[in-house]
Amino acid sequence: MNTEIVNPTVSRIKNKFAELKRRGESALIPFITAGDPNLETTLKILRALEKGGADCIELGIPFSDPTADGPTIQRSSERALKGGISLSRILRVVREFRDASNVPLILFGYFNPFFHFGLESFCRLAAKAGADGVLCVDLPPEESGELKRWTDAAGLDLIFLLSPTSGSDRIRLVASRGRGFVYYVSVTGVTGARRSLDGRLRSQVARVRKAAALPVGVGFGISTPKQAARIAGFADAAVVGSALVERIEKAKNSGEKAHQAGAFIARLKRAMKQASKKGH
Amino acid sequence: MPALRELEQAYGQARRHKPFQQEFQRYLRDYAGRATPLYFAERLSEKLGGAKIYLKREDLCHTGAHKINNTIGQILLARRMGKKRIIAETGAGQHGVATATVAARFGLECEIFMGKEDVARQSLNVFRMKLLGAKMRVVDSGSQTLKDAMNEALRDWVTHVRSTYYLIGSVAGPHPYPMMVRDFQSVIGQEARRQILKQEGRLPDYLVACVGGGSNSMGLFYPFIKDQKVHMLGVEAAGRGLRTGRHAASILGGEVGVLHGSKSYVLQDRQGQIRETHSVAAGLDYPGVGPELSYLRDRGRVRFVSATDSEAVDATQFLAEVEGIIPALESAHAIAAVMRLAPRLVRRRSVIVNLSGRGDKDMITVGDYLGVRL
Repeated sequence: MNTEIVNPTVSRIKNKFAELKRRGESALIPFITAGDPNLETTLKILRALEKGGADCIELGIPFSDPTADGPTIQRSSERALKGGISLSRILRVVREFRDASNVPLILFGYFNPFFHFGLESFCRLAAKAGADGVLCVDLPPEESGELKRWTDAAGLDLIFLLSPTSGSDRIRLVASRGRGFVYYVSVTGVTGARRSLDGRLRSQVARVRKAAALPVGVGFGISTPKQAARIAGFADAAVVGSALVERIEKAKNSGEKAHQAGAFIARLKRAMKQASKKGH
Repeated sequence: MPALRELEQAYGQARRHKPFQQEFQRYLRDYAGRATPLYFAERLSEKLGGAKIYLKREDLCHTGAHKINNTIGQILLARRMGKKRIIAETGAGQHGVATATVAARFGLECEIFMGKEDVARQSLNVFRMKLLGAKMRVVDSGSQTLKDAMNEALRDWVTHVRSTYYLIGSVAGPHPYPMMVRDFQSVIGQEARRQILKQEGRLPDYLVACVGGGSNSMGLFYPFIKDQKVHMLGVEAAGRGLRTGRHAASILGGEVGVLHGSKSYVLQDRQGQIRETHSVAAGLDYPGVGPELSYLRDRGRVRFVSATDSEAVDATQFLAEVEGIIPALESAHAIAAVMRLAPRLVRRRSVIVNLSGRGDKDMITVGDYLGVRL
């Protein structure tokens, strides 16, 4: 049982990145959709991801209109919604996971469910349950003032996205408002596994890192150990979503889903560790 | 988001650029067939026994609805921005047809996103779009209707953002769309204002328009906003009835939320998930509404009422019989509201109803509703 008291000044995410930096490693951040296909399975998968070597986990909050997501995550959201999901029940799973784990958790979702719940209570209850960060994919940083107020008050890291089309104004804004890390979207487009990644990624990440005093994670499109290893060569974190969600989708039962998820993450983590060893 | 900035800038410049505005006006006149008449519906007024009713005949525009006003404006902007590919979402298919039409006129590549459900119930418009050279993208995610078509168009836009222009058909979506679409549609109200002053010698007492996303209503209302004595009535789709939950009345039955980049009234459940909507009029079948209309409602400037599916079908038959005009099912919602309003007003009052589209596209739906197989 973990008895740590939530201290708003010390971020679990920040600590994790600092610890990895000392070891010369990049973080592996898996994404799963909460409640796909039910919350009992989600808890099992969360624990399997930790065992497999996840450094931090993004827990997707399902939304009826996931405009930033490709078909894989759309389908997983639909499954979760069909099962009858609620933000309060998701937070209970966060609490249960937190009771036995120190892996940072980021709630990744769309604005309307958070807004409808009430931004203040959402942030307060999310922090109390043991979440560490919030990423609101359809909230531009320019419009984030109110959410930022409540994430700050609750001691949650508000994480922003940047993409290849972000100009220097946007990068500066994210650098000043963002906490935890910057999520760099590797491609223009929606989430989903891709065969190849943009060749200019390395220089783009370097550009963001120069502007922000925050670690930079790369996501959207990373699906193989080889790609994850490549990202580990120059970014502080690799986020893997659709490729993982697809494996969960294909596995038959709850136990199998957790097992497949854990095994896949372990493979990615191994490849990333080897890459970082070579780099040092 | 950078794409929205780019659009905002380009539109800001075009808005002040005289040659752009002149070109827009020229196409409205020569291609869309404007100005549309403001027609005094004498028999309708007599039958209802109250106010004088005028119909703003947007149904006489090229392609059969007001949608063309906005697509002409935006295609000229897209061309100005150097975009080669046009995408659009559509529900009933009217905006899709209007987009495919102007894309053909200007020789631009065009893809129309349409929910699978809507494709099935609007086969005539699907064929029209194909005939106009547009590629159809059938959307089978979510509820397979307008909002999902919009989701998919947004996904396509962020993926091909550099080459593609997203031509939104309503006063919804992220800024600057609500403002820009309102501006392009304002020609409706500008004309109506001139025409009623000429015909009646004074401003109307009421403006009535149906509201889905809200483009035809904003177009009619906007040039009258400062005329405090002009009452404005928005008519939402009550579907099977507001109490059944099977409707599309975002303002009357929704709560404040954020959908497709704007904060407005949204039909949603207790978890903030967007609800599925229902209306016999596919063009009103959207769970949100333009943010400016929400604002005008909160300020008390525009009042909202609703009409059910069956009231809309009744109004369609009534207008057809007394005026020889078959309205689109969307516009029939506004007629239904006028059928309740006009008898309560004295004869010297005047009402302008936006007859936003013609009903040809709805004949199969109306036939089904009345139990007639076509």
